[in-house]
Amino acid sequence: MSASLEKVTQTLKEVIDAPIASYFESCVHCGLCAEACLFYTETGDPKYTPIHKVEPLRRVYEQEYTLLGRLKKMVGLSRPITDEELDQWQELVYDSCTLCGRCSLICPVGNDITYMIRKFREGMAVSGHVPDGIRGATQRTVEIGGPMGLKWPAVANVLKKAEESTGLTIPVDQAGADYLVLLSSMEIVNYPEYIEALAKIFHKAGISFTLASDAFEATNAGIQIGASDIARVIVSRIVDAAERLKVKYVLSPECGHAYTAIRWEGPNLIGRPYQFEVVHVLEFLDGLRQKGALKMKDKFAEPLILHDPCQIVRRGGVLQAPEALIREVAENYIPVADQQKWNWCCGGGGGASAIHTDEAEALRAKAFGVKKRQIEAAGVKTMVTFCANCRIVMEEAIDHYEMDTKLLGLTELLAEHLED
Amino acid sequence: MNELQFLTWVRGPGLDLAVGLFLLGMAWRLFEIYSLGRKQDLAAPRHAAGASGLHTVFRRSMPPPGMLKRSPVSYLGGYIFHIGLVVVVFGFAPHILLIRNLTGLSWPGLPSQFVDLAAVVTMAAMVVVLVDRINKPVKRFLSTFEDWFTWMVTFLPVLTGWMAVQHLLLPYTTMLALHILSVEVLLVVLPFTKLLHVFTLFGSRWFNGKANAHKGVPV
Ligand code: SF4
Ligand code: SF4
Repeated sequence: MSASLEKVTQTLKEVIDAPIASYFESCVHCGLCAEACLFYTETGDPKYTPIHKVEPLRRVYEQEYTLLGRLKKMVGLSRPITDEELDQWQELVYDSCTLCGRCSLICPVGNDITYMIRKFREGMAVSGHVPDGIRGATQRTVEIGGPMGLKWPAVANVLKKAEESTGLTIPVDQAGADYLVLLSSMEIVNYPEYIEALAKIFHKAGISFTLASDAFEATNAGIQIGASDIARVIVSRIVDAAERLKVKYVLSPECGHAYTAIRWEGPNLIGRPYQFEVVHVLEFLDGLRQKGALKMKDKFAEPLILHDPCQIVRRGGVLQAPEALIREVAENYIPVADQQKWNWCCGGGGGASAIHTDEAEALRAKAFGVKKRQIEAAGVKTMVTFCANCRIVMEEAIDHYEMDTKLLGLTELLAEHLED
Repeated sequence: MNELQFLTWVRGPGLDLAVGLFLLGMAWRLFEIYSLGRKQDLAAPRHAAGASGLHTVFRRSMPPPGMLKRSPVSYLGGYIFHIGLVVVVFGFAPHILLIRNLTGLSWPGLPSQFVDLAAVVTMAAMVVVLVDRINKPVKRFLSTFEDWFTWMVTFLPVLTGWMAVQHLLLPYTTMLALHILSVEVLLVVLPFTKLLHVFTLFGSRWFNGKANAHKGVPV
């Protein structure tokens, strides 16, 4: 066994806990999880069956933790995992799994397959079986601060522009503010309007907020890649800033992955609960709406559907706020059949969108088929979502299929129609 | 060994051995699995109605929205043969008698004609799901020796039991002995194969339900 393989076996051994053991033991090979996964439904290829994506992990479990498995290993009847095998599985756990979590809602015996895949990724990361795209994004986040290589001066620039266009001040490093606002690089680069919208909303509601110059990036590529040491470094940056500035709340941006990272994974990475609360921007806005502090001057008239980003809704638990908000701002909101926790992934979550090989891109385009059908079935030209990553992935797909669908961000849409 | 000796053995030492191995095996396996423990989730929980481990234990018994249409054979076939097995195993008067002798517990049996019908329906459903496993690319792809083996090990007790009652093929004594033997095989292999899901599925659903309930998602 090579050194890296020994290390991977060791890591996989360590990630196996009672739930994973119980899940493996419960699997009856019914294949129903395949029907939940867009990579299977859109390709028809059985290798994309969710539970198959963790087959090497199952073998490690069997060989290391079960009586019969250990006996088989002793007499040389079992096949240890190999490097080639992990190479082969890289595509299955990264390119063709967005950690969307849909399979975990379908399995009749109750297996949380998404959790298993995430844990398996940890072992893959240790042995270096990680797509270059994700590896690059992780490195940039650790060294520079953001996955897109964005540094503070660039952010400060965007903030300055936002101040100019709104005429409002955007506080930075201000201790004692209620909210510490986090951003995601994609938003800063592609949708700077997000910052303007937020500034307006905060000012209007009379709630204090600040940004932190050493912790502005909310995304965490360490989690996507499955490297918890890197993930810890990234999340600690935010925790340190929030506790130093003594804020009550940390406001997660729309970005679904960022939300999960800071809201759900963070405390587990640093090994303690936070001294502040993490709030998703839509929860924040819905709170204002419920208090009657989010008044619209008019409504968006064209018919539209909503795309629920997996990491915010199904995996993040922000279930009700998005629909309540869209109803507030849209005249003609059309609910899709599989909505909220049942929604289908954009095809590029969980780090998949950072993989730019031809195969991965072709697969993503295919996986978009399910969204395409949703759009066509509703007969709309507008789709609203609230995750910059979903948006970019879907924009690429919409270009690819030459559809005339317009994508809008929910927060921006709200901001545009907000009473002045 | 003649057929009577065979029957005496499977009813006596054979049964003791099988039940003993089953209990030991179960204890060992459940310990092996659940002693692995799990980490506490340190994130502040979000509460939501209908989200808990227990909710998921029950909720997962129903097909999620749209799934019945996507995979009718899995669900209908699955329901029929699982319910059929429960009816046959726990509703047949002689089985209840045996359970009373072993544990002291007892309940009224179902009419034998009904149990008969249930056995036939169960076997039919099992054949259908087997054919489905062969036909459906995903199921075939996932299948290993264990899947075919456990199907057989589950099917044989129903078949031999039904044939014994119907006096088919072999003399009653022999068929009954074969029936008991097949059940003993089932008992012994259950803890070490996917048949263990009969027990672990409760743990799995609970773990999944609890982990997601922590985030306020009823799964
Ligand atoms: S998490 Fe989503 S993409 Fe990954 S296997 Fe499950 S259903 Fe498929
Ligand atoms: S749905 Fe669950 S039991 Fe069925 S094959 Fe997938 S993981 Fe196994």
